[in-house]
Amino acid sequence: MSQITLTVNGAAQVLELEADMPLLYALRNHLNLNGAKYGCGLGQCGACTVIVDDQPVFACLTPCAGLEGKKIRTVESLGSAEKPGPLQAAFIDKQAAQCGYCIAGMLMRAQALLERDPHPDEQTIREHMAGNLCRCGTHLRIIEAIKQVAGHNGSRT
Amino acid sequence: MRGAQRCLWRNALLRGPVILRCKGLLYALALALTSASAPFPGCYKERFHDPHCTRPATVRRVFLPTMNSHLLKSRTLWISVGVLAVLGLIVAVALMWRPAIAPIKRPTSFDTAQLQRGARVVEAGDCAVCHTRPGGEYLAGGLPLVTPFGTLYSTNITPDAQTGIGEWSLPAFERAMREGIARDGHFLYPAFPYVHYRRMSSEDIADAYAYLMSGPAVHAPARQNQMNVPMNIRPLVSFWNLLFLHGEPLTPQAEHSAAWNRGRYLVDGPGHCAGCHSPLNLIGAEKSSEYLKGGSVDGWEAPALVGLGQRANPWSREQLVGYLRADVVNGHGTPAGPMRPVSLSLARLPASEAEAIADYLLSLQNPHAVSETTAQRSPSSPADHSSGALLFSSACAGCHAPGAPMREIDGRPGLQSTSALQAASSRNFLKTVLEGVPAIPGAPGPVMPPFAASLDNAQLGALAAYLRGQARPEQPWTDLSSTIEALRQETK
Repeated sequence: MSQITLTVNGAAQVLELEADMPLLYALRNHLNLNGAKYGCGLGQCGACTVIVDDQPVFACLTPCAGLEGKKIRTVESLGSAEKPGPLQAAFIDKQAAQCGYCIAGMLMRAQALLERDPHPDEQTIREHMAGNLCRCGTHLRIIEAIKQVAGHNGSRT
Repeated sequence: MRGAQRCLWRNALLRGPVILRCKGLLYALALALTSASAPFPGCYKERFHDPHCTRPATVRRVFLPTMNSHLLKSRTLWISVGVLAVLGLIVAVALMWRPAIAPIKRPTSFDTAQLQRGARVVEAGDCAVCHTRPGGEYLAGGLPLVTPFGTLYSTNITPDAQTGIGEWSLPAFERAMREGIARDGHFLYPAFPYVHYRRMSSEDIADAYAYLMSGPAVHAPARQNQMNVPMNIRPLVSFWNLLFLHGEPLTPQAEHSAAWNRGRYLVDGPGHCAGCHSPLNLIGAEKSSEYLKGGSVDGWEAPALVGLGQRANPWSREQLVGYLRADVVNGHGTPAGPMRPVSLSLARLPASEAEAIADYLLSLQNPHAVSETTAQRSPSSPADHSSGALLFSSACAGCHAPGAPMREIDGRPGLQSTSALQAASSRNFLKTVLEGVPAIPGAPGPVMPPFAASLDNAQLGALAAYLRGQARPEQPWTDLSSTIEALRQETK
């Protein structure tokens, strides 16, 4: 066990962790941030996606040991059920969730893109989101929601 | 290709200023030559007033009469300057000017069998790998190619009349493929591998032409290149051509099998493998003396293709064929980086093509193969790899540990025997971990997540040292931290 300080959603957290523990377990089991989900554990599905500094990463494959000093953000930083953030509101508006298991990861991956490029075209959105899968098959609604925040109106595709 | 120009005289006018600039240059050159070739430039006075002048008498005799008349002297001088300037201009024009080939109306009727053959040639030539940008229309260009001489953008080779090659006749296309000259007469940069395409058969070039001309026309103007001075002056490419453009169309060698000959044709002709897998000289030409002995591209090591069967972890024919067709090959891994799209192209061709390439490549011997296995040394002290082992278990083991489900279900490789971990350079291993193996839309294949944001430099170094220690304990990578630092800078 070693002591590691993680900065999560703006707050510094001092944790006693196994050196090889992936970030996802620290978030869920030590900090009760249960938005990010365990999907495959292999970086193949994206359900665990969080933002580290400005990059989307798979929390299931990211060891905590190298994250000291970095800014970790989870879906909980975007808003709450009462006050959803703009991207979360768009996901609700477009009814992008079915079972919802992938949605926290989808939101964080999309958020990273929109922070880098506030008005991506659909092709860019599709390529950026390719690493995150939805077993229910709501990808088209997810893309519609991201397009809404990116400023696409009905006439643009 | 640059904006299609509609008539020849306009082309000549457009090219005019370049020629004029060249003429000015040549004029200066001629003057310099004239003064340099005068017997003893700049010392008339010394010779006439210095009795100890050591210049040979014959020279004085030859030179003296011209000194009798200033008028005569200056006229001779000017005539010789003029003659040299004209000669220089003629040489410059012959070297640096190519005529436009008259535009044509896009031909539309091609034989179906020819189109099918042409599709295979275009695939074997990897045309789309450079001429399609990510997210862009097929063959409409726009991919940036970063070279030491500046950034080029690939051009539109769809049959659009204005922005593509819709007005190109077959002779214009064949001239571009063999000599690197666009239809309107401008020089193409050798990033377009005409040094290899010129070795193709006329039939293949005609088939490729038919296929390209029959595709959908996309209006996509070329992006402006950002080449450094002086390589932004296209006619200078003529000097490069003079030095390096010599290959003849490939002819079969009777002592080898048909498959071997086919493989050689694919490797040296359309496949232009040496473009990445041979080292380049200072002006970006392949070093012919180090044919296929390994080069670099986009920060990746393009490994040597000679001696593939002689290495410490030798390639079998079956492994090489699988690798060339983008499979995950037990014992070597799967193509990543710039080789991935090349292998996906090969996977769309009949298997016999990859088999032929494997036959040819495995016949190439590496005379230095012995030194690779004998140049072993032991690490000075056994390194502590515990942090690397921990990182492997938390970030990599799910796919790559012995017995990991992904190895059984989806063929993820054990890492020790992969080419990346066996290589002398750590670059390809580190690049693969940093960038992963991204999904290619519409293409099958494994996906590996990128770890650039998940691992810091110290972790990456520890992981690499641990895995290298398992793969080649006698040859640890010694330059890990500097290579990681360089790779981080390159990807910024």
